[in-house]
Amino acid sequence: MGKKLIALLLALVLVFALAACGAEQNDDSADKTVAEKVEEAAENPVDTSKVKEAADNGTLKIGVILVGDENEGYTYAHIEGIEEAKANLGLTNDQVIYKYSIPEDETCYDTAVDLAEQGCQMIFSNSFSHESYMVQAAEEYPDIIFLPATGNMAATCGLDNVVNYFTSIYQSRYVSGVVAGMKLAEMIENNELTDANYNDDGTIKIGYVGAYPYAEVVSGYTAFFLGVQSIVENVAMEVSYTSSWFDITAEAEAANTLMSRGCCIISQHADSTGAPSAVQAAQDAGSNVYCVGYNVDMLSVAPTAALTSAQNCWGVLYTNMIGTAMKGEDLAKNNTVGFNEDGVKISALGPSCAAGTAEKVAEVEAAIKNGSFNVFDTSTFTVGGETVDSYTNCYGFDGIETIWDGYFHESEIISAPLFELRIDGITELNNN
Amino acid sequence: MNKEPFIRISRRDDLPIWKAWLIRIAAVIISLILCGIIIYGLVKLNPLKVYITMWQGAFSTEKRCWITIRDCMMLLCIGVGLAPAFRMRFWNIGAEGQILVGGIATAACMLYFKSLPTPLLLLVMLIASVTAGALWGLVPALFKARWETNETLFTLMMNYIAIQLTSFFVSKWENPYGSNSVGIINRTSQEGWFPSIFGQQYLLNVIIVMALTIGMFVYLKYSKHGYEIAVTGESERTARYIGINVRRTIIRTMLLSGGICGLAGFVAVAGASHTISTSTAGGRGFTAIIVAWLAKFNTFVMILVALLLVVLEKGAAEIASIYSLSEYASQMIEGIILFFILGSEFFINYRLIFRSKAKEVQA
Repeated sequence: MGKKLIALLLALVLVFALAACGAEQNDDSADKTVAEKVEEAAENPVDTSKVKEAADNGTLKIGVILVGDENEGYTYAHIEGIEEAKANLGLTNDQVIYKYSIPEDETCYDTAVDLAEQGCQMIFSNSFSHESYMVQAAEEYPDIIFLPATGNMAATCGLDNVVNYFTSIYQSRYVSGVVAGMKLAEMIENNELTDANYNDDGTIKIGYVGAYPYAEVVSGYTAFFLGVQSIVENVAMEVSYTSSWFDITAEAEAANTLMSRGCCIISQHADSTGAPSAVQAAQDAGSNVYCVGYNVDMLSVAPTAALTSAQNCWGVLYTNMIGTAMKGEDLAKNNTVGFNEDGVKISALGPSCAAGTAEKVAEVEAAIKNGSFNVFDTSTFTVGGETVDSYTNCYGFDGIETIWDGYFHESEIISAPLFELRIDGITELNNN
Repeated sequence: MNKEPFIRISRRDDLPIWKAWLIRIAAVIISLILCGIIIYGLVKLNPLKVYITMWQGAFSTEKRCWITIRDCMMLLCIGVGLAPAFRMRFWNIGAEGQILVGGIATAACMLYFKSLPTPLLLLVMLIASVTAGALWGLVPALFKARWETNETLFTLMMNYIAIQLTSFFVSKWENPYGSNSVGIINRTSQEGWFPSIFGQQYLLNVIIVMALTIGMFVYLKYSKHGYEIAVTGESERTARYIGINVRRTIIRTMLLSGGICGLAGFVAVAGASHTISTSTAGGRGFTAIIVAWLAKFNTFVMILVALLLVVLEKGAAEIASIYSLSEYASQMIEGIILFFILGSEFFINYRLIFRSKAKEVQA
């Protein structure tokens, strides 16, 4: 018995030890470089003739896989977008099948297959980690178009029926940062800040509740930070990750941690009202703190603490993509919309916003729209003390130049955010 | 004057099997009627339509049938794994963790040994997952056998270790980086995936689990080990008195129980999801306890119970989608039906005797 046990133990240790020492997981065909694949994908749009056929004979069906339900801000915004597209394109309720609360695991694959079997011609999914399962289903149903939002595989997976889409949310995050910056300037002017709000080097502390440490979040908080910095130069931001897209408790906890460290403005890239509620509670208890939300107007949960929220207007993208397909026109593998197409916005300014904010916001939005200003202008930030004039190491897109003409071309190479540089002035508290 | 209580409860052991099943079926029907009233009362939907939709959610297309069967087999496999432990009155609440470590071992083999030829790779995965699960079951068994520790708490807490371990490996293997998800393992090359048999993707799952189901039935009912398990479960002292080595029985049975649960992890990862996450077990380690109990450890009855639970689950998801009811509405229905089924066991084991009726009997 004893010997058998030891043998068993050893065998298991071996398995785990082998598992622990890293080998590379790499199933992509290595024949083409990523740059070639991306270029090829951009030149080869998706054939939508099957969608047009179905739209013409009235059998068009759209499947929508959602990571949450209407109680969760990010998903609620997607549902609103789909409903808007439905109204714009004259689709009926029976033509759209919603699947709510689909986790980011094999359930997504089962759901995608189920929608395919129900006769959908286009199947959307709204969360980043749905993508791998969507691609798996896409491989089995080549006649159906699979559209994972925020994903980055459409250009590189080698399939002709996968489409990615995302808004240029970094633009509205930058503007929401401007709103926060205006407030911060007002707080400085009124001497409302205390010593606790300053770092040793004299910079003012602001905070950010992020979901996961990858490009979509990094791009967002960097844009927000640059927005704040465009108004108040001596700021420093701390980022606390929750390792979840939607976790009310963890987000409130992260906001409380940041506030206890002296941050006087808290923004977020996580989908619940946890952080704004915590900030409102702290303000009610006498702290001088404000917050900037995401997805939904936070004024209902934080009437005096919320300044504004950065919002996606998914309706524009959904109308564009479904509309294009229904007409049988070429559908690009990557689709994105920004301020110019009304694809992003900030929510109504809260009563606590500083005087003159609306005018400043209008000015910045106009500059972004007419292209005279770019959010990731390389002259506005440094990495390790140096200005960056070339970056070719974006995760999954090695070798593709992202910086030219003096700015990082976010959401241009693919629709999903790629900006993942950790710029000076921002500290990640718990990325390990 | 009359001190006799209004209702008395007395045990009955003489109920014929067909009557017991009649009570169970009646319980299901009553629960469906009650759910119907609640559905109509809350959302004004025709309950019959809702039930038909639930049925369609599980069986309306061939693919759905197969997914229902696949999930049923998964639940059954875990139930079969739990049966010997529960038969022995060893409360193995740790199936969840045993599945996860089995799943981790499977995924590890898929990632690191993918150069092996498929049959060999599958064999290695099988051995690794069973070993991992067995080890996870062995630890609490050893402690129980040597130091009389409480196995309920011990196995439960082993789950949390397994969940943390899974999180660790997910973050290690995450693909793409930052997604906190392993994604589909070997998506293009499909190394370590169960092969399709007769064009059916999930047929191998069925074959493996059905073989286990039959094997376990024979093992528990006709083997010497099965007898030892039954006696140890009824009374450890009796077992000792008739010369059964209780310690060895506990350890051997938990190795078996954990091993089969680990194998369930293998079936889940290689045969169904092709990924690993903390939701690979997805609470099925706990649901399977209901399967094992309701079936009174008869592995063939377990097939029916597992099927019922999976059909309810699929139906619940479908009505959530079709009628825009939140997932909670379907969970309510599921809960009510389960409550009635579990409650019916009471009426099978006991009879209620009302006062007046009792008098008549006396007279």
